[in-house]
Amino acid sequence: MIKTFIAGILLGLAGAAAALHYFPAVNQSREQSLIVVHPNRGNTESFHVNIPMDRVMTGAPSQKEPLPVGLEWPVDPRFADTRAELFKIRNGKDAVVGVASRIAANNASSGDIVEWVLHLPARGSAYVIMEAEALEDGYRTGNLATGTREFAPLVGRVTEHWVADTSGAEDAPAGRIEITTAFVAREVEEE
Amino acid sequence: MKYLITLVVGMAVGVAAFLALLFYNPMTSQNKLSPLSVSDNDVIVFNYSAVAEDALVFTNDGESTVAPYPSKVLQLWEPTVRLTSTMATVMRDSRNRPAAIGIKFSSRSESTRILNGEAIVDSAWHIYVPGRGSLFVEQRENYWNYLREIVIPAHRSSGDNWRGNWSGNITSGPGALGTARVFGGSGEFADLETDGVESLSAKAYSANDGPVAIDGKLAVELPAPNSDATLDP
Repeated sequence: MIKTFIAGILLGLAGAAAALHYFPAVNQSREQSLIVVHPNRGNTESFHVNIPMDRVMTGAPSQKEPLPVGLEWPVDPRFADTRAELFKIRNGKDAVVGVASRIAANNASSGDIVEWVLHLPARGSAYVIMEAEALEDGYRTGNLATGTREFAPLVGRVTEHWVADTSGAEDAPAGRIEITTAFVAREVEEE
Repeated sequence: MKYLITLVVGMAVGVAAFLALLFYNPMTSQNKLSPLSVSDNDVIVFNYSAVAEDALVFTNDGESTVAPYPSKVLQLWEPTVRLTSTMATVMRDSRNRPAAIGIKFSSRSESTRILNGEAIVDSAWHIYVPGRGSLFVEQRENYWNYLREIVIPAHRSSGDNWRGNWSGNITSGPGALGTARVFGGSGEFADLETDGVESLSAKAYSANDGPVAIDGKLAVELPAPNSDATLDP
């Protein structure tokens, strides 16, 4: 009987160790990446934000209807020219694949800035610095400043563009912010 | 039959003994000394409250211990973002003055290895300091000690809470010395590449509501101009 009990203890120890080793504690859900590979090197991927349904936060001073309801933007005057937004971001199939922040500020010392951080939990984060001035056609361009995990070895360009909805459908969004990335491996770019 | 029952009881004892070994394993304790504390360079410190209700916005899947704030904020319930939380907060300087707007994305990491005492969260900070510029901080955080010394004791407590004084670094990488990578985006931080360390200082935690009195501190090393010091690889 005592041998059976000891065998049980050993089995329990081994089983618990094996379970913790072989079964992942965290398993991030993934959507298929919809990347277009171009023959002249690099690839592009499109994301979008449906407005207003994907807007998590709009932080800016003196808002009549803050988003979310109950948001109390700091009254300190140093934040008067700062606008911070949070969004869910979607892929080409309209599936949510991550979250993003966009900070725009106009400050005499640090200049005009427009920046994005795209955070895709299963893939990594991309830190994008945009040009302060949008182009005449409404596009704003920028560069991938740095990235984490999947985006770490990449460099490239990013564009943002507001597209108003013209479908007229009752449940259609007012429009969408389209974000298109054109990335290439850093080694290829340096060749 | 009695042999089968003996085996099952033995296995239960074995599993319990393994979990106890894992929980009390001193080898998985983290170093509480910040690598930046021995730096000769200036360090810029951003303080914030890790309590959701002190943030501008905190959101997650809506089913976790910590409830989203404000209550009507959009929740991250979709499968791809369900294991992610996002916080926007006002960060304060060492004199407790509002210094920056910080947005933190935290996602539970697939590199979590409970066997090794690693409860990993991949996180990124997007920080704007008015008048100075912007920063991006990439880090891997290990919450094992936080879970072991605060969260689990709170759940085991008859009052479902924990009170005490606990402080520790949560940054565990990607730098070899356990530091975060910091990139400057604009203003005086433009093109900056340096290290950072985030730490928590906890005084109260509720098993039902999450952090009650927990402060966070993000320290960023500012290399001296023309410094030839190399980054933590």
